[in-house]
Amino acid sequence: MKIINAANLNYRAVNEALCNADKDCMIESCCGQRFIAAGMSDKNITINGIPGNALGSYLNNANIVVNANAQDAVGDTMNEGKILIHGNIGDAAGYAMRGGKIYVKGNAGYRAGIHMKAYKEKIPVMIIGGHTGSFLGEYQAGGIIIVLGINTVGKPIVGNFPCTGMHGGKMFLRGNCKDICFPEQVTARYATSKDLDEIMEYLSEYCRDFTYSIDKLLSVPFTVITPDSKNPYKQMYVAN
Amino acid sequence: MKFEGQVRIPSGCAISAVISKEGNKMSGEMIINSMKPMHDRSNGLGGGFAGYGIYPQYKDFYALHMFFDTRDTRKKCEAFLKDQFEIVQSEIIPTRKIPVITNEPIIWRYFVAPLQSVLTSLQLDENEFVARTVMKINAEMPGAYVFSSGKNMGTFKAVGFPEDVGIFYKLDEYEGYSWTAHGRYPTNTPGWWGGAHPFTLLDYSIVHNGEISSYDANRRFMEMFGYKCTLQTDTEVITYIMDYLLRIQGLTLGEAASVIAAPFWSTIEAKTDLNDQQKHTYLRTIFPSLLITGPFSIVLGFNGGLMALNDRLKLRSMVVGEKKDKVFIASEEAAIRTMEPNAENIWSPAGGEPVIIKVKEGVFL
Repeated sequence: MKIINAANLNYRAVNEALCNADKDCMIESCCGQRFIAAGMSDKNITINGIPGNALGSYLNNANIVVNANAQDAVGDTMNEGKILIHGNIGDAAGYAMRGGKIYVKGNAGYRAGIHMKAYKEKIPVMIIGGHTGSFLGEYQAGGIIIVLGINTVGKPIVGNFPCTGMHGGKMFLRGNCKDICFPEQVTARYATSKDLDEIMEYLSEYCRDFTYSIDKLLSVPFTVITPDSKNPYKQMYVAN
Repeated sequence: MKFEGQVRIPSGCAISAVISKEGNKMSGEMIINSMKPMHDRSNGLGGGFAGYGIYPQYKDFYALHMFFDTRDTRKKCEAFLKDQFEIVQSEIIPTRKIPVITNEPIIWRYFVAPLQSVLTSLQLDENEFVARTVMKINAEMPGAYVFSSGKNMGTFKAVGFPEDVGIFYKLDEYEGYSWTAHGRYPTNTPGWWGGAHPFTLLDYSIVHNGEISSYDANRRFMEMFGYKCTLQTDTEVITYIMDYLLRIQGLTLGEAASVIAAPFWSTIEAKTDLNDQQKHTYLRTIFPSLLITGPFSIVLGFNGGLMALNDRLKLRSMVVGEKKDKVFIASEEAAIRTMEPNAENIWSPAGGEPVIIKVKEGVFL
């Protein structure tokens, strides 16, 4: 395995080193370098340290494991592959992603899954283990967002205004969500076993990745949120 | 030259701050280094720092940091100052000549105290008098700008990348209990020396990442109270708003945060704590013109503390971390890790949720 020491390298140098590296490689002493693995395919990359913004943007088909927190815009416009974060992630994770998986052990910032979409066989999946900030799934157009609310220490599972402008895809929140105020254009209801079947494959994978018990995870009911096509999204900020 | 669209410039301003709750002194080196991993957030058209507790030997005097275009302007301004202040020290701010910082104005500092006779005849307290003097110089004396006017604190700013600006001003030779820093990427206002952050009035300083769309509404409101926006950029008005709310109106930091980053009415209506609901309703009703809209993450520095705040929609990033007596704030976690690799409790404050850190009572002056 090739080891890239990122200390004192700028983002361009890190990405060049990645391009020239073996299929399996590791970045050490990462500190804020942006665009790591942007557009890359066929790599297995482990990152120690803090990767910069837009980690795995346009990711084609690579696997990225981060052993710490990641910053903003993880998986921006990602197409295929998997990003596994052992810490928390910043704002706007999975911005406009249209395929692949982002699995996060900890919390996500604001606007996770903003404008996530799907196309034919491409269904992006984002799973957040902890809680997320406001505007979760803003303008979601496709794909699946799952928030598990593990170890949230009294914090609500999502902040304000989840699903604002959501008009496609599905969101699963673990819990009854009775205190969460959803916008009028979405429908929130308890997930049936049929609903859960749809995400079982992903949940099992997530539990294997982070050594959680799937049974324990499923001992709490899930809420599923989908757009209500009879009452489409109109506006949030300004009444035009 | 390549134009926008032909070239991608990945930028977006950077802020960073550190404070010791015990009041322990730190050289400016740490805060300079924190800006390095965020280099690409700036474009070299502005960088600056504020240090608190850096002038203990002159702690009872206002430290006026000034830019002058010519020697003549400086002489004229000095004569003006001498009429109303006791000037206990007047000197060039020491700088290092480095190739990346050029076209510097004359950079001077004065340690001053307003003359008691002047204060008595005007019936003003010294803070108000100094604030008015700063406004007067910046608005009426062409070529002269006061860019720092607090006690036992100072700001240092220039056109350049922040890590170079820190070296230019020899910040490694200063020691403060708190520091803030800014790397600038000006979007629609000029990149000039006076337009670099921090923006200050008295001991309040602001570093800001973002762009406020309510600028003109805020500016017009503030002008009714004698604040003049002369520095050709939006952030300046935030500083004056904080001065107005905190010093003139006597609001707490938390209340001031609730004015400028007021929650949506729907969020206020949904509050279950009725006192809190009433307070927010009151503040939004009394100060509607001071709501700041558009993206911002700011750090407000003041004698004895810092306050970090995001706009209510949280359209900019901000991360907070801690280690022992120190608290770190930055646009990116990488900056915090540069200051303290083992920082703990890294978290992102929500939009409109102020993070207020104060130095232990009695140790900061």
